[in-house]
Amino acid sequence: MVGGLDFHVVWENLSYFFLGRYPKGPIGGVALTLYLAVVSLALSFLGGLILGLLSVSRNRLIKWGSTAIIQTIRGMPLLMVIFWMFFLLPALLGGGIKADWTIILALTLFTSAYMSEIVRAGILGIPKGQMEAAVSTGLSHGQAMIHIILPQALRNMIPSFVNQFVSMIKDTSLAFIVGVSELTQVATQINNRTMLYPTEIFLFVAVVYFIICFAFTELSRWLERHLAYRKSI
Amino acid sequence: MLNYKFDWAIVTSGKYFEWLVSGLQVTIKLSLVSITLSFLLGLIIAMMRMSHVRPVRWFAHGYLEFFRNTPLLVQLLFWYFGSYKILPQAINDWLVRQDFEFAAAVIALTIYTSAFIAEDIRSGVRSIPKEQMEAARSSGFSYIRSMQYIILPQAVRLTIPPLINQFLNLMKNSSLAMTIGVAELMYQARQVESYTFKGFEAFSAATLVYLAMSFTITGLMTLYDRVVLRPFKGR
Repeated sequence: MVGGLDFHVVWENLSYFFLGRYPKGPIGGVALTLYLAVVSLALSFLGGLILGLLSVSRNRLIKWGSTAIIQTIRGMPLLMVIFWMFFLLPALLGGGIKADWTIILALTLFTSAYMSEIVRAGILGIPKGQMEAAVSTGLSHGQAMIHIILPQALRNMIPSFVNQFVSMIKDTSLAFIVGVSELTQVATQINNRTMLYPTEIFLFVAVVYFIICFAFTELSRWLERHLAYRKSI
Repeated sequence: MLNYKFDWAIVTSGKYFEWLVSGLQVTIKLSLVSITLSFLLGLIIAMMRMSHVRPVRWFAHGYLEFFRNTPLLVQLLFWYFGSYKILPQAINDWLVRQDFEFAAAVIALTIYTSAFIAEDIRSGVRSIPKEQMEAARSSGFSYIRSMQYIILPQAVRLTIPPLINQFLNLMKNSSLAMTIGVAELMYQARQVESYTFKGFEAFSAATLVYLAMSFTITGLMTLYDRVVLRPFKGR
């Protein structure tokens, strides 16, 4: 027993923490946290790639327009993006949209802006000579970007993407505010029901997040070392 | 959406305008108090992380990894709901006599941000050549004094841009304090929305304020880079 803490409440609700009401109801808890993070990350990879490519465009209008969008999103708190989504999506789509998807779209929009900076830095990090060499062998600018620059740039970006995944897992906790039953929401539900064990519940939840995020942080560090080593040969 | 009637007057004057202004004041106060404390705590943790005493170094390392890899929201909920069981009675008594929501938000934001700041300071210090420390030590300074007079003044200059960046993150993160009932800008924007149903106006106003603050901070960073760092980079 740690300093008079009673972790019974955690063991009794273990399945609820990890799976939510599944199999009797919809999936929740850690499983939903990971689902939200993976889907949003996959979508933000696409969004970040598109925004990143637009922001290094040679067309000034496209370049400035995309940069303005990126900077605006980066200047807002994530919570604000989530509220905008909750508020605007039903109005724009003219009907209800599931809370899960609203949060996924908010996380995607927010993270795409950050991803685009990674993509931009990755592209600008490739020596200029590569593009010149590719164009002089007869490829168009676009072909050179897709076949020569991006494959190298993406490889260098892998550790940053993994880091972004860690941020994403932490950010999914905000889904709690709009009532999506991921890990943090499940924890507050259990806390509201049992009342007496907030310390134990939130410590446990923090440790669960820590284990997941720390594993990926270490993976990112390992990749950074590994990829750098391979590159130097 | 099409037959929505905009009413910008509610957020530019009157009661609801005052709500938003008071929210902005709380956001600024929360950010300034927390960044000051996080800088001090971050400095201590960074020094501990570089200590020659192993247990001290390990403690700092554990601190960094734990608080960086846990969502701020969970930390906030922990300090607000759960900290009373692990804190000494005297501190609990003192805390409840304060504005407890605000205090919990300051504690959570400070601890979370200090972990990031400590890493920034450490990489600043590591970018100072080792010979500087050796030269300082061989001319008779103790480890602490070498840090204080030789290494840190140089490291801090390099650490200021990432610190400004942490301040920007902190300012945006402070919006999470609404979840424990701190009446900062985001909380007030939501209040205005629920009292008036004019969410579009309320969120637009709050968004503009956040953007204005973000761009000001980013501008400061660019200015610092141009005015202070550029002359050194040229060499």
